[in-house]
Amino acid sequence: MNPLNITEDDLHAYVDDALTAERRGEVEAYLAEYPADAERVRAYQAQNQALRSLFNPVIDEPLPDNLHALAAQPLGAAVNREKQPNLKSLLAQRLAAGLLVAALSGVAGWLAHGHYHPEDHMAQVTPLFRQAAVAHVVYSPDARRPVEVTADQEEALVKWLTKRLGVPVKPPKLGALGYELVGGRLLPGNSGPVAQFMYQDGSAQRMTLYVTTEHVGQSGTGFRFAREGQINVFYWVDGQFGYALSASIAKGELAKVATAVYDQLEPR
Amino acid sequence: MDSRALLTEMPRLRRYARAMLGDRAAADDLVQDTLERAWGRISQWRSGSNLRAWLFSIMHNLRVDQLRRGVLPTHSLDEDACDVPTRATQSDQLEVMDLESALRQLPDEQREILLLVALEEMSYADIALLLGIPVGTVMSRLSRGRERLRQIMDGRQPRANLRIVR
Repeated sequence: MNPLNITEDDLHAYVDDALTAERRGEVEAYLAEYPADAERVRAYQAQNQALRSLFNPVIDEPLPDNLHALAAQPLGAAVNREKQPNLKSLLAQRLAAGLLVAALSGVAGWLAHGHYHPEDHMAQVTPLFRQAAVAHVVYSPDARRPVEVTADQEEALVKWLTKRLGVPVKPPKLGALGYELVGGRLLPGNSGPVAQFMYQDGSAQRMTLYVTTEHVGQSGTGFRFAREGQINVFYWVDGQFGYALSASIAKGELAKVATAVYDQLEPR
Repeated sequence: MDSRALLTEMPRLRRYARAMLGDRAAADDLVQDTLERAWGRISQWRSGSNLRAWLFSIMHNLRVDQLRRGVLPTHSLDEDACDVPTRATQSDQLEVMDLESALRQLPDEQREILLLVALEEMSYADIALLLGIPVGTVMSRLSRGRERLRQIMDGRQPRANLRIVR
C-alpha cells in the first residue's frame, strides 16, 4: 500500500519544503495514489500561504517609537516611557528594571572580555547613573567635608586621582557657567576606584561629576538622562571613561553644563 | 549584541507576537518585555550565536510565564478534547471562520509551532531546540494544529466566536 514508507512527518516536511529532492519525488508519487492525503497537503500549503499573507504586512509596519528606542538605546526608551502620562504602576516597576538592565548592558562589553563570569557578578553591579546619584546625595549636603581634597590643592587632587585611577583625570572648568570647583574625592566603584569632583554655584547649589573607568571596552554613547529622586543625572560613556553629572537642578540647565563638560573632556 | 542587529530582528518578533496574540497592543507589549529581558540577560548571549533564536526563545519563555500567571486570556483546551469533528449543517452559508479567529482556537502550543513553521520558516529541529521539546513533539503538535485549523476553516468544527460574513 505504502511501499515508500511515507509518514505523516514526510507530508509535513513536504508542505514545508524540507525534503531532499529524492524524497520529495517519492512523496509526490505517494500523493498521486492517496487523494485524501493530497487534499490535506494542499490545505496545509494553503494555510502556510494564508498565514504569510495575513501577517507579513506586520513586517513592513514602522516600528513604534518606544520599541525602536528600546532596541537602539534601552535606557533612552525607558526614560521616554517615564514621561508618558498614562504609565501604569506595573510598567513603572518594569521601567525600574529596564533602567537597571540598560545600565548593566553598559558593562556587558567589559564583562564579555572574560575577566569575570557575568552570572556571578551582574547582580552586584550598580549602574553608573545610580552610583553617581548616590554619591551625590551622600556628599553634596555635607557642609564641612564635602570633598577629600579641596580646590586650592587642585594640582595635588589631579595627581592623586590620576594615580589611583591609572589614567589622566582632571576636573573641567565650569566657572563660565557659574560653577566653581569645590574639590574632589576618591570613591569605590563596582570593581575599583572612581573619582568625584564637586562644584558649587553662587547660591551654594552643588553639582558633582562622577568619573569612572569601569566602562572600558564599551563603545561611546550619547547623553543619557536619568532621574533618581530629586537628583537629575546626565551620563555618557566616552573612550575609556564613563561620566555622570548629577545635581538637583532643572534638566535643561544640567544639560548645558553636561555639554560644557563633554566639550572640555573630549580627548580629540 | 549590538543595537543594529537587534533592530533588524524587531519586525519578525512583532509579526510573530501579533500572530500569537492577535491583539496589536498586547503583541507589542510582549515584544517590549522581550527586549527588556534580552538587555537584562545580555551577558548570556554569546557573540556569533543565533540572535533571532535567542530572542524568540526569550519571547516564548515570557509567554509561558505569562500564561502560567494567567496574565493573558488563553484557551486552556485540552489537546484532544475537541478532536472529534462534528459537522454543523444548519449554518454553513452564514458562518465562515476567518483565519485569524480560527488561529485563536488552536491551543497555544500548536499555534506557536504552526507560526514558527509558516512565518519564520524555522526547521523542525530548530523549533525543538527553541522550545526545549523533542522533534517528535514538534511534529505531532504541528500535525494536530494543521489538521484542527483545516477543520475549523472548513466549518467542520464551529465554535463560539464565529464571524458572520455576508
